[in-house]
Amino acid sequence: MSLRLSGAHLQHSHSVHALRGVDLTIARGERVAIIGPSGAGKSSLLNLLATALPPSAGQVEVLGRAPWRLSARQRQQLRTQIGLIHQAPPLPARQRVVTAVLAGKLGQWSLLRSLVSLLYPLDIPGARAALARLDLADKLFAQCQQLSGGQLQRVGIARVLYQAPQLLLADEPVSAMDPVLAGHTLSVLCQHAQREGITLVASLHAVELALAHFPRIIGVREGRIAFDCPAAEVDQPRLDALYANQQLLTPTPPSPAPSLQIPRC
Amino acid sequence: MLSPHPRDPAAMPRLLLSVLAIALLWPGVQLSELDLGVLLAADSQSEMGRFVAAFWPPAHQDEFLQLLAQATLQTLAIATAGMVLALLLAIPAALLASRALSLSAASRGGQPSWLGQAVRWPVRGLLIFLRSVPEIVWALLFVRAVGLGPTAGVLAIAITYAGMLGKVYAEIFESVEQRPMHALLQAGSGRLSAFAYGILPNAAAELTSYTLYRWECAIRASVVMGFVGAGGLGQQLDLSMRMFAGGEVASMLLTFLLLVLLADALSRLLRGRLA
Repeated sequence: MSLRLSGAHLQHSHSVHALRGVDLTIARGERVAIIGPSGAGKSSLLNLLATALPPSAGQVEVLGRAPWRLSARQRQQLRTQIGLIHQAPPLPARQRVVTAVLAGKLGQWSLLRSLVSLLYPLDIPGARAALARLDLADKLFAQCQQLSGGQLQRVGIARVLYQAPQLLLADEPVSAMDPVLAGHTLSVLCQHAQREGITLVASLHAVELALAHFPRIIGVREGRIAFDCPAAEVDQPRLDALYANQQLLTPTPPSPAPSLQIPRC
Repeated sequence: MLSPHPRDPAAMPRLLLSVLAIALLWPGVQLSELDLGVLLAADSQSEMGRFVAAFWPPAHQDEFLQLLAQATLQTLAIATAGMVLALLLAIPAALLASRALSLSAASRGGQPSWLGQAVRWPVRGLLIFLRSVPEIVWALLFVRAVGLGPTAGVLAIAITYAGMLGKVYAEIFESVEQRPMHALLQAGSGRLSAFAYGILPNAAAELTSYTLYRWECAIRASVVMGFVGAGGLGQQLDLSMRMFAGGEVASMLLTFLLLVLLADALSRLLRGRLA
């Protein structure tokens, strides 16, 4: 068992219910996409799974442990096995890409090693290899502020690949990339998860990408799970219901890229 | 209820705060007995005039310049040694006092748990105590304890400046973007490594700038403390003023100007490198 939520509520400070009673079980090695309209609670769900936030009510179990019943030290230990890819990667502007990628293993490194690596990067080949999988090896010694939004997202992904966690979570990981690159990047993530046998949960804005790359799809709407089924069973009526009242704003854009990328996943 | 043109909800608090600030400042002016008229009174003008007239030409005899160079070096040494000692205390204290290093804040929307806050308070209290006593008072105290000379000045600067640096460092850590640090904590990193990778890169320029500004202040403070016998330029300045040697006073003031210019140029250079 990789992930289990039972009756999980999440309430932000201003009494907004981000999640209302979510029950969810994800087995080890599964690849799951979370889709749903903006503000539905996709990010909240991922933050809950990443142990970034404690649930207001209900139970969370991650990698077989209940993170909020552990001591802070044990929870940090557990968190080294969880990698969360952020939509806007939180990287300091003047940090170099190599340092930003190596930061993925800070939880596994001693403080001394971390500090020495800040002065001279201790695992340049490791960082280069992670970046190379995303075609970004040439930016190894660039500063983060010199990169575009899509390149930054790929640096964030390279950091989590370098971290090599047991549970890979991604919050809109390809939102700033063009369709071809987005498809390619998702397939890199899927290949990695498949090869290592780890669990991958990603929230996605683009429904076609989700259907093309992920065997299991979870639709989230208004803080609840609307549907949870294999990708093949996601049909137009279900999507219409999920995105209802957003139909006018987001007509599904025709995108040729995903069909090109299907074989890669 | 919603009106068609709702007013800016921040307008009223802003207005009230402005009124409050003025209401508090006015008695302050009264209490400090500020009376600019006294500057224009004839006898005080001629008194000041005589003093300033003696400034020209600045003293430049070889013997005096040698003395000046030595005193300047001593002042710089006092300020620098004091700053180094202050940093030894300020950096750990800032790390202990800053909410930016809170592990609980990462999963509570930036708000540390009450326990974490309670543990930070004693350190904040220590920093407040250190800087609430002016350095000149510490200097007087240490001159009694260790005798006349630069040691007293170094210790006085170290103690007061540790308080100031610690407080401001802690606040700089809190004022930069916290998301990089929180993201690292959520990936299992320890606090200090997360701080070094998540906060330090964004805070480095401001930390450098503030440290150099404080170094500049320490130079001035060491001069003031020279008046109470803590060595350096201040002691020379005190002697020259007692002897009404305006030219020597002018040379020393010019030296201060040069030192401040130097600190400013250094700060600019380092900020440019870090920005």
